Amino acid sequence: MNKAYDKSTQVVCKALDIDLAELNDWNCCGASAYLSIHEMKAHLLSARNLVLAEKEKKDLVVVCPACLTTLTKTNHYLAEETRFKRTIDTALKAANLQYRGSVTVRHLLEVIVNEVGEQEVKARIKRKLSGLKVAPYYGCQLTRPFGEIDDKEFPVILDRLLTWIGVEPVDFPLKTKCCGGLLMMTNEDVALGLNRNLLDCAKQNGAECIVTICPLCHMNIETYQGDVNKMFGTDFKVPTLYFTQLMGLAFGFSRKELGIDEEMISSRPLLEKHFEVVG
Amino acid sequence: MSEKIGVYICHCGLNIAKTVDCKALAEYASHLPNVAVARDYQFMCSNPGQEIIQNDIREMGLTRVVVASCSPLMHEPTFRRAVASAGLNPYLFQMANIREQCSWITQNRVLATERAKDIVRAAVMRVNFNEPLEVQKIPVNSNVLIVGGGITGIEAALQIADSGKKVYLVEKEPTIGGYMARFDKTFPTLDCAACILTPKMVSVEQHDNIELLTYSDVTDFSGYVGKFTAKIRKRPRYVDEDKCTGCGQCEEKCPLSVPSEFDCKLGKRKAIYRPFPQAVPNVPVIDREHCLYFTKGVCRVCEKFCAHHAIDFEQKEKYIEVPVGSAILATGFDLFDASRIREYGYGRLPNVITSIEFERLTHASGPTAGKIQLKNGKPPESVAIVHCVGSRDQNYNEHCSRVCCMYSLKSAHLVREKTDAKVYEFYIDMRAFGKGYEEFYKRVLHEDVTFIRGRVAEITNVARDPSEKGKLIVVAEDTLLGIVRRVPVDMVVLSVGLEPRKDAAQLARIFGISRSKDGFFLERHPKLAPVSTAAQGIYVAGSCQSPKDIPDCVAQGAAAAANVLSFADKGEIELEPTTAMINDEACSGCKICVGLCPYLAISFDESNNRAAITSVLCKGCGVCVAACPSGAIEQQNFTNKQLVTEIEAICSQDYGV
Repeated sequence: MNKAYDKSTQVVCKALDIDLAELNDWNCCGASAYLSIHEMKAHLLSARNLVLAEKEKKDLVVVCPACLTTLTKTNHYLAEETRFKRTIDTALKAANLQYRGSVTVRHLLEVIVNEVGEQEVKARIKRKLSGLKVAPYYGCQLTRPFGEIDDKEFPVILDRLLTWIGVEPVDFPLKTKCCGGLLMMTNEDVALGLNRNLLDCAKQNGAECIVTICPLCHMNIETYQGDVNKMFGTDFKVPTLYFTQLMGLAFGFSRKELGIDEEMISSRPLLEKHFEVVG
Repeated sequence: MSEKIGVYICHCGLNIAKTVDCKALAEYASHLPNVAVARDYQFMCSNPGQEIIQNDIREMGLTRVVVASCSPLMHEPTFRRAVASAGLNPYLFQMANIREQCSWITQNRVLATERAKDIVRAAVMRVNFNEPLEVQKIPVNSNVLIVGGGITGIEAALQIADSGKKVYLVEKEPTIGGYMARFDKTFPTLDCAACILTPKMVSVEQHDNIELLTYSDVTDFSGYVGKFTAKIRKRPRYVDEDKCTGCGQCEEKCPLSVPSEFDCKLGKRKAIYRPFPQAVPNVPVIDREHCLYFTKGVCRVCEKFCAHHAIDFEQKEKYIEVPVGSAILATGFDLFDASRIREYGYGRLPNVITSIEFERLTHASGPTAGKIQLKNGKPPESVAIVHCVGSRDQNYNEHCSRVCCMYSLKSAHLVREKTDAKVYEFYIDMRAFGKGYEEFYKRVLHEDVTFIRGRVAEITNVARDPSEKGKLIVVAEDTLLGIVRRVPVDMVVLSVGLEPRKDAAQLARIFGISRSKDGFFLERHPKLAPVSTAAQGIYVAGSCQSPKDIPDCVAQGAAAAANVLSFADKGEIELEPTTAMINDEACSGCKICVGLCPYLAISFDESNNRAAITSVLCKGCGVCVAACPSGAIEQQNFTNKQLVTEIEAICSQDYGV
């Protein structure tokens, strides 16, 4: 499933002439459970990635909002908090590393919208996706806590991109509400309830599928629909696609190239209903 | 000639005495060179304190006085007056600050006392070189400029005009009255806003001493205290104010209706309009942006129906200049833009409205004739009132807007009075501080209003269960119960906070005054000079200084009027002689000082290639003195000799003792 995000990201970036270079010797960003167990160590992990990027004189582009938030937080704190910086600097020094603070951390969605732009995206469209109604789901971390990319509570950046490629984003008031995240492991009932709300709201507003920008959101929403249905007596069967998969479809790539058909709730009937998908 | 110096150490109650050994300090000072007497006393600024100094001057023939006490900001004038009345030139007095710069910054009594000795020694050594200076008196123009025709400006204008002075009242809207004209009732007495405001508005218009300039703004303000010139732009109304009788025919016949700004776009007005029927002046204005003649070159219906030929499509923008001696800024506030808090849904969810929209809904002459109703015309069954929208919030405004708690209570009362709706008030803290306010809060508590203590997290239309369907759900953590509440209602009123005007920065620049961190105009002293500013002759009053309710605005309007009159009446004003002086011989004509002077007090005389300082404009900031590469500028009472002596004395302990 996350392989699909990888695949679709690669082909879409290639089509958009975005030259992605995998960061040499990268490590975990420190999100997941680490952050709540030892925050400083988590930031240190992020800091190491920043150092590596600085060495290559590159900015960091990520597709996972949790990586985005952790790396951005580390970057902010290093610039603003003297004591924090001193601790991180000392730890980096032990590995003979040093960070000057020149790296910017960005999410691919924001790069496509702000750097590539409407004209370039539209110029690559080979297949009309019109008629497809989707719920644009941002999750909790793309815009929070800093709100640098868009409004913290009601962003529209993904909505905009979706209209460029011809799909119709429905009104989705829960677009930045939590998917449950890692609570799915520790407090499943709560997490399932949160997912029920998201699925219910998407359906109520006429969405035929949910578009995500985060692998964890994607997993929670898609794979736990059966559990949600069991718990709440509902019958959700809402396909979930990454924004890069939809872009890839619009650009004329095949299902296989985009990892479509690997999902647990097949999007095939839906896609076939609206447009012919070859391959 | 050797000086006879008196040194006086103030305890300031315990403010100084708690950390500084005042007895030991006086004893130390008494051994410094030229010191004839050194005493300590509990409150030097009090009458008995001042008398001690005055007696010593008379009886011992002191030629110099040093008081070691607080910062000179507050009491330097006090002591200068005291020594002057005992016959000593006030500039032969020197103040040493052993409170803010000594006792308040440490707990260590030994170190504090040592530091106080350094400070006093510096002042004593310096005062030897103080020179007698004469205060300059300049004539004052008694005309007053007031900017802003809300309740504050109206009050100030009437007070000043009644005393016989001429007032120019400038208002940027087509009518005076400000926000108060848009309110229905006022808290806590619930008297009708119009009933108490409109008579005052009429008085302004009829007053012989008030020249009312509506639809106008101040574009430039130059000169100095007592002799300012205000440049005022009069925007064209396209209606001749002298010919118009206010009959209203033009408004009736105008074929074009557009949303009314006065009614928060909930109602309509014509393209030629008065914001409301009781507008002052009672002269309509043509809205150029919409008028069919201006946009399409057709119509001119108003012109045809005006029996008095008052319509004038050729009117042009006009600039006038008026001479005034002082100015009062009473420019009021802007309301917080609720759409900035996206999770509250304002602008997205139809029945989420702001408090000013609610005021118009409930106003007897508002768009619904006072009926509180939803967008579909039905009365609400439940209403939530959300406090602190844009206030007390680090994301928007840190300050408390001060009036929202009370107007929210008023809104709750009006909903209960006019509908059968259930009312929920979501508050953080209830702030009912004024006269009769707490009593009003009590009253509303007994009117079956539900108070929920908790900041609202979001307002959503996403229902979780059938009871929430079709409703607006207000989500908040109830901090008294410790639970998250979801309260479904039909209407939400956002009690938006008060912000500085969008053009406050521009206005501050025009008038040369400062703003505080929150963006409101900065007063000279928060407690003791609340309507003065650092710029002499320029005053601030009402909500342009900080959020205020009507009683406080009226009080400040009157206070500013009293301040203005205190010197407008005297006909002259005293200027501090501590200005900068140029030594013509030494001036090289480099012009560095000319560009640096923040008060534009330095001009350049091309004929003899020298800079020249207009002393009435000089505020004695010292920038030019420090910048002059030839050392040609010296500031009175801050001469090189005085400052160097002070510095040398504070750095070295080899004096006397």
